[in-house]
Amino acid sequence: MKLTLKVWRQNGPKEKGKIATYQVDDISEDMSFLEMMDVLNNELIEKGEDPVAFDHDCREGICGACSMFINGEAHGPGRGITTCQLHMRSFNDGDTIYIEPWRAAAFPIIKDLVVNRSAFDRIIQSGGFISVNTSGNTLDANAIPIPKSDADAAFDAATCIGCGACVATCKNSSAMLFTSAKISQLSLLPQGKPEAKERVVNMVKQMDLEGFGNCTNTGACAVECPKGISLENVARMNREFLLASTTKS
Amino acid sequence: MANTLVHNFFDPKFVTLEIIPNYFKMSGASALIKSSLAKKYWMALTGLFLCFFLIVHLAGNLTLLAGDSARAGFNAYTKFMTSFVPIKVASYITYLGILFHAVDGLLLTLKNRKARPVKYAYEKPQVNSIWSSRNMGVLGTAIFVFIVLHMGNFWFRYKFTTLPTDVDGNFDMYGVVVESFKMEWYVGLYVLCMAALAFHLYHGFWSAFQTLGVNHPKYTPAIKKLGFGFSILIPLGFAIIPIAVYVMNL
Amino acid sequence: MALDEKIPEGPLEQKWTKHKNNIRLVNPANKRLIDVIVIGTGLAGGSASASLAEMGYNVKAFCFQDSPRRAHSIAAQGGINAAKNYQNDGDSVYRLFYDTIKGGDYRSREANVYRLAEVSTNIIDQCVAQGVPFARDYGGLLDNRSFGGVQVSRTFYAKGQTGQQLLLGAYSAMSRQISKGKIEMFSRHEMLDMVIVDGKARGIITRNLVTGEIDRHSAHAVVLCSGGYGNVFYLSTNAMGSNATAAWKAHKRGAYMANPCYTQIHPTCIPVSGDYQSKLTLMSESLRNDGRIWVPKTKEHAKAVQAGELKPTAIKEEDRDYYLERRYPSFGNLVPRDVASRAAKERCDAGYGVNKTGNAVFLDFSSAIVRYGKVEANTKGLDSNDEALVQKLGKDVVAAKYGNLFQMYEKITDDNPYETPMKIFPAVHYTMGGLWVDYNLMTTVPGCFACGEANFSDHGANRLGASALMQGLADGYFVLPYTVGDFLASDIRTGPISTDSPEFEAAEKEVKERLSAFVNNPGTKPVDHYHRQLGKIMWEYCGMAREGEGLKKAIVMIQELREDFYKNVRVPGKEDEFNPELEKASRVADFLELGELMCKDALDRNESCGGHFREEMQTEEGEALRDDKNYRYVSAWEWFENPTDAKLHAIELTFDNVELKTRSYK
Repeated sequence: MKLTLKVWRQNGPKEKGKIATYQVDDISEDMSFLEMMDVLNNELIEKGEDPVAFDHDCREGICGACSMFINGEAHGPGRGITTCQLHMRSFNDGDTIYIEPWRAAAFPIIKDLVVNRSAFDRIIQSGGFISVNTSGNTLDANAIPIPKSDADAAFDAATCIGCGACVATCKNSSAMLFTSAKISQLSLLPQGKPEAKERVVNMVKQMDLEGFGNCTNTGACAVECPKGISLENVARMNREFLLASTTKS
Repeated sequence: MANTLVHNFFDPKFVTLEIIPNYFKMSGASALIKSSLAKKYWMALTGLFLCFFLIVHLAGNLTLLAGDSARAGFNAYTKFMTSFVPIKVASYITYLGILFHAVDGLLLTLKNRKARPVKYAYEKPQVNSIWSSRNMGVLGTAIFVFIVLHMGNFWFRYKFTTLPTDVDGNFDMYGVVVESFKMEWYVGLYVLCMAALAFHLYHGFWSAFQTLGVNHPKYTPAIKKLGFGFSILIPLGFAIIPIAVYVMNL
Repeated sequence: MALDEKIPEGPLEQKWTKHKNNIRLVNPANKRLIDVIVIGTGLAGGSASASLAEMGYNVKAFCFQDSPRRAHSIAAQGGINAAKNYQNDGDSVYRLFYDTIKGGDYRSREANVYRLAEVSTNIIDQCVAQGVPFARDYGGLLDNRSFGGVQVSRTFYAKGQTGQQLLLGAYSAMSRQISKGKIEMFSRHEMLDMVIVDGKARGIITRNLVTGEIDRHSAHAVVLCSGGYGNVFYLSTNAMGSNATAAWKAHKRGAYMANPCYTQIHPTCIPVSGDYQSKLTLMSESLRNDGRIWVPKTKEHAKAVQAGELKPTAIKEEDRDYYLERRYPSFGNLVPRDVASRAAKERCDAGYGVNKTGNAVFLDFSSAIVRYGKVEANTKGLDSNDEALVQKLGKDVVAAKYGNLFQMYEKITDDNPYETPMKIFPAVHYTMGGLWVDYNLMTTVPGCFACGEANFSDHGANRLGASALMQGLADGYFVLPYTVGDFLASDIRTGPISTDSPEFEAAEKEVKERLSAFVNNPGTKPVDHYHRQLGKIMWEYCGMAREGEGLKKAIVMIQELREDFYKNVRVPGKEDEFNPELEKASRVADFLELGELMCKDALDRNESCGGHFREEMQTEEGEALRDDKNYRYVSAWEWFENPTDAKLHAIELTFDNVELKTRSYK
């Protein structure tokens, strides 16, 4: 099939960007979206032009590197998938496709479609861990039984891949879904309870400091999240923050 | 601090985070005032308070439809509302609540705008969220403008102009209301603004609970249903009054 | 040079404890004076960085990804083995040790494997304490499953995302140390050379992938946790960025490369669909528990299926060849990975493949659906002769077990595996070979260590399922942090290593020249072109089956390709900017050398063992023929100028605790 691509091109963080138009022919329906981008890039290289920069790595939907805003949606049409899992059969011959980077003040553009998501790392560094040393001399793994429902809920929250689709989707570029997923995972487990109050306060602080917007509860993030992280996590974070900031000394 | 971070993001040392220790010391109380979540809590609390106010206000207004005793009843109600001290205090709290809700909303909106300085060229938000949830600011502004008009038309005239009195010696607010609702454009505007209120409540009611941390697979569907009912019935109640008055006076 | 493996004396089960007791230590105050560089932030690198930082060393961690959380360990699906014996099914440290040695076809080092089995239990305790949400049963205790054909249930898992959860655990431990300032994290940085001062690894040269800046970093030791080199095949289940550069640069600076030809080809992957294909997707091995593998019995049928004229469901039962069940009646579809992969290749080579390229076999769940459906119908007291009902009930059971995998398959292929059999084909998955290390995980370069998939020692010629995660974390959390002290104890008075020495200067200059040669090359072809060509050669001649003449041919082809690459590759852009093509070019240059060494190693090893199958060395029935008399050794290759001149050091393997047997699955 033949496609018209409208791709955001921007040379560096401080340079001005614009939408450039490219035509690609001979695109197979079985290609993944990123393989279609590979085709475009190889054509650009052969023509002596600068290929489009984009983040990608595992190409099986788990590393969270790929990050394209395609035709108005994070990771394009389709639910529960990342950009690398989007296939060209989701488009029709002759379609025009808009491809833009994640848009957020906290995710500055590095080049073209590549953004800097280290804000997420800093949120985790501010408290997204359990302070246990790595000696291996801890309790036996089965010493504390954990109700299956809690373990499952913690797992569901922990499946977040940190891709940033929630921020990209949110009209306010809010990082609440990301932050709350980690807070939920750790506060649902007995091992994470001792530090729960410090954790939620510190992580929310860092989130604010990074310049993400606020949550308006539109729910768009959860819809576009490739891992289906639930809004219940956001509520849990709201609840825990309220509790922590009213009871913490 | 946030700005320097953005400028220095090429610097790998930037990941080592000298900024955190200061932030660790943020005490609980200041977190409850300064954080983004705190602004949301206030939004939710004032919002729910205003929901309660709507119920009370509607109950009073419905006396307008009480048939033959409507004039006396409504005027007596107006008198009571403006002279009984606890109610007066409550009404000033309500005004404050409205202002707080509006200013807080404005602050949040400004921060949100700043969080996304460059917009997408192509957006398709309708596939992942409902319209009202994305337009709470616009809807809120419409409601605020309405409140100003509404207060100007009724509250201001009651307080600062001389009105005729009824048989009980109360000011005849009923007459003022009926006069206003004989104007088609005014009825139209009123109904339109109640539609805005409906959309605002449709998202706002449930959203307030979510913000305060109330989300549970068992109860959230019920809260959403209640919110839906509330967002239809309350504005409908308000909207019926001008229509009924208009029709009765044709 | 005779290599000292530094294996402690004494009985197998006391070696590690004794070694820990005798090893030199660095006192806490001195640890603060010592810097350690860690390359890679996967399970091995992440856990090593966190542990070293916690012990007090100053750690500098590097990864090419934008965040340490994205290292490819994240993609591991199945689980992690540990000899906890929670299921009371007779598991023990010895049994895990034995299974691993046997699974590796007797080509791994006894002492290392035993230590791995020994520390495996600590891993689970550690991870649970860190908040890794492993699967649990209704009593709230940890659940296990059986994996890879062993006889006990020792695999801990978190749905199909065990690797992700373990990595996020290590990442959170790292994040904690980063926030304390004990780890300095360099993401989007790639190591492009190792610097050796006075015979010791004392630093690295890196490229900042965002700005293109070339930097010098010094330390008292360099730990390589840079993963495997499966991407030498271009198409593999590795991530696009997975590369051999860090390990290869260390090799060129004197670290021996061991057993490079040992490659694991995983049998259940989604087949290649076209030339544009950029990577292959693995489907968990667990599918073979219920799926039956087959191809048509006749070539007519196979041709019709290939042309899309015949639907697999229309082929009658008697016209299907369930070749694994036919060849290996006792293990059937559950034979180990290497055996299953070769059998699929054999059928496809004979012309019975089932997709348009002829390189796919069916993995069929229809029998399982009927079987489960009948059981469900009976337990629910429904009519087990009602076909529609049985189908529905059976599909529900299969969905509960494999739903997410079926969904993933459908997303990629647009085929519904509940209605029509899946198509699968083997793909490169893991490399057992890697940098040669001694018992302390130190390479032949003093001060340069290797952990995880980057080293060679624990899996022999074939890795068992759910063992890679175990090894990565064992090395990083529990082995390296101790053994590194033995080396660093001599460095407590060294003080900071200067980056101004001529060695750093020379290494940096070399890197800069190499990169600028790429961007200034007046070529025409994209890097991918060469990578694809190399992949085709490797897959054809050094893939699932290798043969002497073919390997010799491949070596020549790779040499020619390498020459063509340097002459005609086009790398757009400049060195001092974000330039993904330049990154690729530098990695492919290393693959082009490594590929040749792999062929050379495969050519030397004239036996079939584990993932390495020499066509000359097979039984009459086509089974692998190991030659313990002549090849019971580790091949450690020393670098000289180019891969062609690499020199082999054969290091004999001794087995004092297990008896060498022929693996049989018939």
